Amino acid sequence: MQNEHDNEISGRRQFLKCMAWAGAGTLWLMKGGVLHAQSLGDGAVASAKDASFSFVQISDSHIGFHKAPNMDVAETLRASLAQVNAQSTRPDFLLHTGDLTHLSKPEEFDTLSGLMREARTSRVFYVPGEHDVIGDNGAEFFRRFGERQQAGGWYSFDHHGVHFVGLINVLNLKAGGLGSLGAEQLAWLKKDLASLSAETPLVVFAHMPLWPLYPSWGWGTDDSAEAMTYLRRFGSVSVLNGHIHQIQQKVEGNITFYTARSTAYPQPAPGVGPGPGPMKDLPPGALHHYLGIRDVRHVQGKQVLAVTDEVLT
Amino acid sequence: MKITASRWLLGVMCVAASCVQPALAASAAATAHTSQIDIRNFAFAPKTLTVPVGTRVVWTNRDDEPHVIVSAGALFTSSHALDTSDSYAVTFSKPGTYAYFCSIHPMMVGSIIVQ
Repeated sequence: MQNEHDNEISGRRQFLKCMAWAGAGTLWLMKGGVLHAQSLGDGAVASAKDASFSFVQISDSHIGFHKAPNMDVAETLRASLAQVNAQSTRPDFLLHTGDLTHLSKPEEFDTLSGLMREARTSRVFYVPGEHDVIGDNGAEFFRRFGERQQAGGWYSFDHHGVHFVGLINVLNLKAGGLGSLGAEQLAWLKKDLASLSAETPLVVFAHMPLWPLYPSWGWGTDDSAEAMTYLRRFGSVSVLNGHIHQIQQKVEGNITFYTARSTAYPQPAPGVGPGPGPMKDLPPGALHHYLGIRDVRHVQGKQVLAVTDEVLT
Repeated sequence: MKITASRWLLGVMCVAASCVQPALAASAAATAHTSQIDIRNFAFAPKTLTVPVGTRVVWTNRDDEPHVIVSAGALFTSSHALDTSDSYAVTFSKPGTYAYFCSIHPMMVGSIIVQ
């Protein structure tokens, strides 16, 4: 675990260095299971050219939050979507990995829906965060944003040979526990993957981290290890999560885990400070450097995805 | 018939008296025994609270994140989402140990021991 953490820290340092070079953003290239950072520029354009398709991940828009360090989370979501729209190639779809809203209020869902219509993309796929299921176990969320494949809300789809799986790990949480997938969803996942060949690239997304990133702050999922036993036989697995409002990554065999930035506000690095609340004391004008979007390109014939994280400018 | 009626009357009086007495006791307890639990930095303070029967326990959220109070065994009604500075109160009228947690940050746990 210490080694993993060191890797994460050195990756973060590298990332911060890149931000100093470029400011606008960083291109993450995955080569043989290891991420390489590179500033956005000619390389990014070249990478985009040989991609067969791309999609964008956004996360943790927290519509309804209105405190330091971000009094206007609608505006930062709008800026994030403008950045998506400014990409040279239009993404095939967007993934929103949860915490659309801050308090699951109907008017917050209304605002989110309205803003998402500004994204120039044909589809948006959603999974709920724990902030989206308060008081009704997600009934309102699923009514508005659910895929309606399974009663539990989880789903999968295929896109250009890549199998995508949206998991729900923010419901039926137990006292003292972390995120939870539950026996029924795990059984479905096992069945969903059973007929796929090991060469099929997988992208699995859920709100809370699907690995024990920092359990004492609730950053993990109790039964994620069971899910990983179903994923391990595949040659390329990318796991995309939100929840922690910062980029962390980890490589475990053929499985690479990523967490995304928020479009609303940053949270501290694991264990830094008393708790995982919003980072309030940002230097003036620095907020946008902590927010951002993720652009993922699929390169045909390669077993890897090129992952780019961009800060708001 | 007269005896029955007076017994009935006595019964009514007893019922009335037994209704009034706990109500008075409860309202006296409400003013005498209110205990506070602060929610700060994703933790309940105090984490374990011991109170006499009839105590009104008030949780107040001091975090910038919302929290939701849920009884681990559904022994009391859950709160709505408590935003910053919001409070939630439960009066505990029976002895026992009441474990609870935050439904959206389940690593936050606490218990109330009612004696």
